[in-house]
Amino acid sequence: MTFLELSGIRKVFPGGTVAVEQFDLTAERGEFVSFLGPSGCGKTTTLRMIAGFEQPTAGTIHIDGRDVTTMPPNKRHVGMVFQSYALFPNMTVADNIAFGLKIRGEDKGRIRERIGELLTLIHLEDRGDRYPYQLSGGQQQRVALARALAIEPTVLLLDEPLSALDAKIRVALRREIREIQRSLGITTVYVTHDQEEALELSDRIVVMSDGRMEQVGTPFQVYNQPATPFVASFVGTLNAVEATVLDPVAGRLSIGGLEIHSTKGVTDPAGAQVMVALRPEMISLDATAVEGTNRLPATVADIAFLGSVVRISTIVGDGARVDVDTFNNPNLALPPRGTQVTLGFPPEAVLVLAQGSVAQEADVLAAAEAML
Amino acid sequence: MSTFVTPRAVDTAIAPPKASRRRRPGGSWWAWLVFIIGATYFIVPLVATLEFSLRPNPPTFAYENVLTDRRFYASLIYSFVIGLITIVLSLALIVPTAYWVRLRLPRLRPIVEFVTLLPFVLPPIVLAYGMIRFYSRQPLVLTGTEVGSDFLLVAAYVVLSLPYMYRAVDNGLAAMDVRVLTEAAQSMGAGWFRILWSVIFPNLRTAALSGAFLTLAIVVGEFTIASALARDAFGPYLSLLGKDKIYEPAAVALISFGLTWLAMISLALVARGSRTRVQMGMPR
Repeated sequence: MTFLELSGIRKVFPGGTVAVEQFDLTAERGEFVSFLGPSGCGKTTTLRMIAGFEQPTAGTIHIDGRDVTTMPPNKRHVGMVFQSYALFPNMTVADNIAFGLKIRGEDKGRIRERIGELLTLIHLEDRGDRYPYQLSGGQQQRVALARALAIEPTVLLLDEPLSALDAKIRVALRREIREIQRSLGITTVYVTHDQEEALELSDRIVVMSDGRMEQVGTPFQVYNQPATPFVASFVGTLNAVEATVLDPVAGRLSIGGLEIHSTKGVTDPAGAQVMVALRPEMISLDATAVEGTNRLPATVADIAFLGSVVRISTIVGDGARVDVDTFNNPNLALPPRGTQVTLGFPPEAVLVLAQGSVAQEADVLAAAEAML
Repeated sequence: MSTFVTPRAVDTAIAPPKASRRRRPGGSWWAWLVFIIGATYFIVPLVATLEFSLRPNPPTFAYENVLTDRRFYASLIYSFVIGLITIVLSLALIVPTAYWVRLRLPRLRPIVEFVTLLPFVLPPIVLAYGMIRFYSRQPLVLTGTEVGSDFLLVAAYVVLSLPYMYRAVDNGLAAMDVRVLTEAAQSMGAGWFRILWSVIFPNLRTAALSGAFLTLAIVVGEFTIASALARDAFGPYLSLLGKDKIYEPAAVALISFGLTWLAMISLALVARGSRTRVQMGMPR
């Protein structure tokens, strides 16, 4: 049954900037939905409209059957966790958690009980009398979560809650968040630009770009069946190589004169220049000939040890670079640089995208430098 | 040509090499010299005033006269009470205004700042006689009664304290993320009064206190407006004392100076004793 519904949501800021365009989403009770996208894609603006801190220019928002589109934020009964924690510096941990309960007029006994429950939930039983500045970043964020949960909100909203924390704490805390959310069954909307977070935590992911929804789906769907070139390139690592269409009906393409097959469907006509996208983990260096496997000769250019994954960079055809990911294994025999290898990948791993639809490495680095 | 889509981590935080710290030759004696000159400039008049106030025989004569004069206590208490009322009204006016400007009307900040600077431009005597002229006739006659005149005095002092109180409060608000704290409180059901009372005001304690003591210092020492409104405040008392006493004004000046320092020390103790850190997301 639909619990959260956004229909035709559009947001235009003064000055004409369109932050969100035609956003439609329904979420079931207890579902964990992530908004994933780069900075400026409209994900936080959409979240703030659900919370009531921004008014949509068009469209409606319903929570549990109530139209909350124009309702002030302090009446919506949603809990929000902010990127900067937003703990009240003048209050202890216990007072922060109790804040919403006191506003609701709960009696002191009930408040004390609830504080105890939540401190246990976030594993800070002995920190109730501390002030925010006496806590670490991870502890502060857990208190922020407890404070949002104290009022038993109808919807829990999290705006990049882990982005200010270091990697190890982020991983540990996001799992805690997911466990708490599952145990309480609260409908949750989570904003992040970290695809790993989104993939691990979500029941469904909304991938956004330039204010538009690119795709809505489960993590499996978004990763393995990207609906648009943006989703294919934003979620996960992707190799993209130029290719020529030989036979669109049969799914035959040519990379540097060598023929490969795709089962995903080719819509461009014969002779068209396209981009073939391949996930690094779908490629192997196993030279064993398997019926139907695509094979491309390549030269090993570099090997990068990334911990659990070893990334082997190869050069194919006329200088195209293709990365191959393999799980780390102490007994792994890695080919030295310059070795001639054969890349093998199944036809179903081949994505065919329009040429120019995937960002070039130089464009990504130039964009990063422009931000400095 | 291949494309490689995963953004490579760019090492952006290349810290510049630490500049070597060379001690300036003779740097420390120079600093001491400047300190001694400044301290001398400050302390010598105080010492001279103290010496002058101790000249009579016995040396405590002037102090005894002042401390047994009921007008000293009456005028000091009156000025303190007026000062406290001024502080409360100033905070009640300025904190919500500065908060709302920061939160919703940032474009109005330059205008508001200009208005708060007007008291520097307007001489107090002009303010005083303008008030007397306006409020001594219909429709609103306030100068004919004690309470009315007291009210006018407080109102004038609220205006005089505007530059100091506004700046202190505005600096305090700048040190906290007003928008995020407000939104956090709203998400838990708080209305505007609750937000101001439970979140904003408590986190402005140090800033409000610094503004309050500046206001108190202005009120206690102010003469022109209090005299024009014929109020028995400390400023007119001090002026009256100087007309027919020799040593007592020096004694009163030192006593009031001591009281001001006591207030400043109290502020420092209160601020140091505060267990809050206003900066957001500041873990240990």
